[in-house]
Amino acid sequence: MDTTHSTNQRQLTVRISRGTEEGKFSTYLVPWRDNQTVLDVVTEVQRTQEPGLSYRYACRVGVCGSCAMTVNGKPRWTCRTHVSRVEEAGVIVIEPLRNMPRIKDLVVDMREFFQKWARAGNTFVGTATRNDPPALVSPQSKQRKLADAAIECINCGVCYAACDVVSWDKDYLGPAALNRAWTLYNDERHADPKDVLHKATSGSGCNSCHTQGSCMKHCPVSLSPTGSIAGLKRSAIFSLLKGG
Amino acid sequence: MEARLFALQRLTAMVMAPFVLVHVGLVIYAVRGGLTAGEILSRTEGNWLWIVFYGLFVLSVSVHVPIGLRNILIEWLKLGRAAASVIGLMFGAALLVLGIRAVAAVGGLA
Repeated sequence: MDTTHSTNQRQLTVRISRGTEEGKFSTYLVPWRDNQTVLDVVTEVQRTQEPGLSYRYACRVGVCGSCAMTVNGKPRWTCRTHVSRVEEAGVIVIEPLRNMPRIKDLVVDMREFFQKWARAGNTFVGTATRNDPPALVSPQSKQRKLADAAIECINCGVCYAACDVVSWDKDYLGPAALNRAWTLYNDERHADPKDVLHKATSGSGCNSCHTQGSCMKHCPVSLSPTGSIAGLKRSAIFSLLKGG
Repeated sequence: MEARLFALQRLTAMVMAPFVLVHVGLVIYAVRGGLTAGEILSRTEGNWLWIVFYGLFVLSVSVHVPIGLRNILIEWLKLGRAAASVIGLMFGAALLVLGIRAVAAVGGLA
């Protein structure tokens, strides 16, 4: 990191939501560097100006899904979001993810988000024992291809924060949990795909989705939870028509 | 329950889509040269094709609409599922009664 402070260094204005209540912002000026990510900026603020600032990150390279925040009003993975792509007139506003209870500053409580993964029927039940050879799943099979298209989720919570249905229905399972349910439903090693379908469609499950597509628009790894949810809806209808 | 209602709503929508087209097409065709209630009734009374057509239409509407209404009550008025179901059922029953009365009158059965 360049620590020399030249007087003609461009400065970026960073407004960070602080505390536990909405609407309290602190403003910081940090050197505006080339190839700077939003996570770099938050880290720089914490290390040089605000040691008490709380935020989450781990890998810094877009794998772990820990560092998602709201940046200029949109949910993003901050470690892979360059300041140059999101700043507006030299200002970035950073807030915690929406739709999750806030703990402090930029850290939200993700318990409910992950509990919904379980409620959506996402518990794998195998049919083989440890003495069986590994299952052979053809990469060309239709089911495997459907699962493949949805499987790279990094659990960052961006889609959940982007979803308007979650914002008005706290029981809605949300795009991430349902996307995972779709991969498990298509996992031919799973013992009980019907149970996945049953849990994913009950209560405020996949049928509550309004197909607005915000999850798909904001997903940092370009998945389509919207497509996965549509797959679950379709499968549920066919399963019913077949008498299931 | 939710999965069944979802399926029912889609299936009734599939039934109604061609019905709406036929209904609107029929209205446009029938009123070309002006139309009176007497003329309509003279064509529909005792005509079992239209009685069955509109009977099925009413049936689909009375299933389709309450399911949507129930969802709106749950999502926008934050009503519980049980309460929303009761209101939906009552609304569906009202639609069914009004619809069947209308079909019976136009079909000359009443």
